[in-house]
Amino acid sequence: MTRRARRLSLIGAALCVFGVAVGLVLFALRDNIVFFYSPTEIEARHVAPGVRLRIGGLVEQGSFKRDQGRSVTFVVTDGKGNLPVTYTGILPDLFREGQGVVAEGSLDHAGTFRADNVLAKHDERYMPREVADALKKQGVWQGGNSSASTQGVTR
Amino acid sequence: MIVEIGHYALVLAFVLALFQATVPLIGMRLGDARLMQSARSVALAQFAFVVLAYAALTYAHVVSDFSLVNVYENSHSAKPLVYKISGVWGNHEGSMLLWVLVLSICGASVALFSRIMPEPLRAGALGVQGWIGAAFLLFVLATSNPFARFAEAPLEGRDLNPILQDPGLAIHPPLLYFGYVGFSVTFSFAAAALISGRIDAGWALIVRPWVLAAWMFLTLGIAMGSYWAYYTLGWGGFWFWDPVENASLMPWLAGTALLHCMSVMQKRDALKIWTIFLAILAFSLSLLGTFLVRSGVLTSVHAFANDPARGVFILAILVLFIGGALILFAVRANALQAGCVFAPVSREGALVLNNLVLTCACATVFIGTLYPLALEAVTGEKISVGAPYFNLTFIPLCLPLALAMPFGQQLAWKRGTLLGAAQRLTIAAGCAFVASAALALAKGGPVLSIIAAGLAIFLIIGSFADVIARSFRGPGHVLARAFGMPRSAWATSIAHAGMGLTILGLASTGWGVEEIVRMQPGQAVAVGPYELTTTSIVPGKGPNFEQTVAHTLIRAGGVTVAEIDPAQRFYPVRQMSRAEAGIATLGLGQVYMSVAEVNHDGSIDARLYWKPIVVLIWIGALVMAAGGLLSLSDRRIGFAYVARARRRAAPPIAQAAE
Repeated sequence: MTRRARRLSLIGAALCVFGVAVGLVLFALRDNIVFFYSPTEIEARHVAPGVRLRIGGLVEQGSFKRDQGRSVTFVVTDGKGNLPVTYTGILPDLFREGQGVVAEGSLDHAGTFRADNVLAKHDERYMPREVADALKKQGVWQGGNSSASTQGVTR
Repeated sequence: MIVEIGHYALVLAFVLALFQATVPLIGMRLGDARLMQSARSVALAQFAFVVLAYAALTYAHVVSDFSLVNVYENSHSAKPLVYKISGVWGNHEGSMLLWVLVLSICGASVALFSRIMPEPLRAGALGVQGWIGAAFLLFVLATSNPFARFAEAPLEGRDLNPILQDPGLAIHPPLLYFGYVGFSVTFSFAAAALISGRIDAGWALIVRPWVLAAWMFLTLGIAMGSYWAYYTLGWGGFWFWDPVENASLMPWLAGTALLHCMSVMQKRDALKIWTIFLAILAFSLSLLGTFLVRSGVLTSVHAFANDPARGVFILAILVLFIGGALILFAVRANALQAGCVFAPVSREGALVLNNLVLTCACATVFIGTLYPLALEAVTGEKISVGAPYFNLTFIPLCLPLALAMPFGQQLAWKRGTLLGAAQRLTIAAGCAFVASAALALAKGGPVLSIIAAGLAIFLIIGSFADVIARSFRGPGHVLARAFGMPRSAWATSIAHAGMGLTILGLASTGWGVEEIVRMQPGQAVAVGPYELTTTSIVPGKGPNFEQTVAHTLIRAGGVTVAEIDPAQRFYPVRQMSRAEAGIATLGLGQVYMSVAEVNHDGSIDARLYWKPIVVLIWIGALVMAAGGLLSLSDRRIGFAYVARARRRAAPPIAQAAE
């Protein structure tokens, strides 16, 4: 093999691997990113049913209900908008009414959010960052921001 | 008083770091041996003072001195002693102090184990270490001082985050930091080589042990972190593609690439510029990891801090070092001699392929980790890039490596033949094929798992094809030849086989069983081949928590094989609860059970898992690290070489590099 052919084959291999990587990244980024919305934003944006998304806000006081089995329903609020959520499974240890929560799933046709994953692993002082931002946007955020989140735990 | 001594020692360490950052480099510029030699003693003195500071903080934690803000916020007098000691780094300030401590240990080791290296190289490397040390000591002193006091001391502390009250905290951060910070040594040597404009095979020989050591620690640190997350978070998952995990995976990928291309540089005196670049990249990614975790950009279990001043400071450090190194690289890289061009089918060609794939994989992880941050900064849209993205990019890129790794080992330097390599790998390929066919017929399961399992078996057997074939060739007894082979040959085989074990463990997740059930006491639930019965649900009390324990028997065919005690714990000081999983290791598989709070009717909601051969994931990492250790002990590569060369009057490396 000549020097030139060797160099070409190396460059060719590099371009191949690089091209595959770029292709995979573009393909994966198109279909596998999940947007985060607050209940108000969901109303405003008319999100289509079935689209995977993350929602966040506070669990409204008095909204938590257990259905038969392990299904639960609750309402997530950001002060302005409300969104009913259903979830089947074990709730995180720190799930409480009045606390911040993030849920992942999609809307059904009735406008209920079917969550397949609920994240609330934080202590009593901590608020998930997205939730805090969403609440600030709606102007219902009170309380010290930095001391509230110095011991943050989301998982 | 002891605390004030510690604080003062930290300030002194900072001043010494400033000295170390300037004087040796001036000496290097002027060619003054005495100025250059000062680097060693200053590095050792800096180490001593940081140890003093660290010891003082540990003392304050052990005696529960709540007049310190740091101790008050993260400790409690009732906390067990082991968590008082490990709790020192279970918070932002202490963790950064540990970072600095590990950095000073690295600096001191360079000073101690570098007698044979050329004086300018050592002075340059220690000078750059001085810069890093000064930057981080200033960061600790200015924004994250662990020695800050209250005017009036509280009577009791607020306790450590319960998730961190675990033996994992004692092991995971130090291992990870030795990995992260270990790459600072490689970085410093690379920068020194760029400053002096000299780099050759001798440089690779000197630096290789440091890369190996950092890589080993990082491997163990990541594996330990993964196992800790697995048993402590109660979800049965061991890798979440969380930004914090990715932050440790990226330097590992870059470090693995660096490790492999160093051997090309050592053997063929080529790929110099690329090696230097990877050395810079590995530490840059370590710094990025520190930034992501420490700045509070991401809020997660590791991000104790949420103070923007800290974030900006670390970002400045990041920009200074990465930017500085890359500018130095751009200016000086042309001065380095370019190496030869390789044959594509050869050991070095295979190593180039390895580097290509690993850096591309690293780039995909980088994009997935930082894209949400960048998008939010630019457009305000909040997105999350989760496991599906990474599974779709990382796995297709990296899984073929398992196929390529045994081939790479079979190829000779300079020129190899694929056909010959394939012939020597027929047994391995046959075993892999039979095993995956048997799996597919007997168990079914996801196609990806079957492919991955087949590749893993090919990799494990194929890794040893070379050493075994060489043992049976030539004169003398087989064992004598096997043991007479260079340790680095065995080390490669073992490390590669370790990777195979990990892949096999990962593949096995396809055959796992997950059940989410409401269990009444006495009721039996089938999980995989086992039957679980919770016999009693009783309250209990620990040193600083209350708990409900669900005592559970695991039966196979009516015989009790294990008992587990999953619990729901409540930590009153922090008003926090967490699930303590009950795990029984049966063979290489594990039964995993985590419970929620008790329901009104006395039943308990539980997650039950059967995970066949899951333990291999972490055993594989241990085996990889063992391979690294064996390579370190190789007389031609590791520290032992350096030690022997020192004993000799005329050190060959010094000549080669001078």
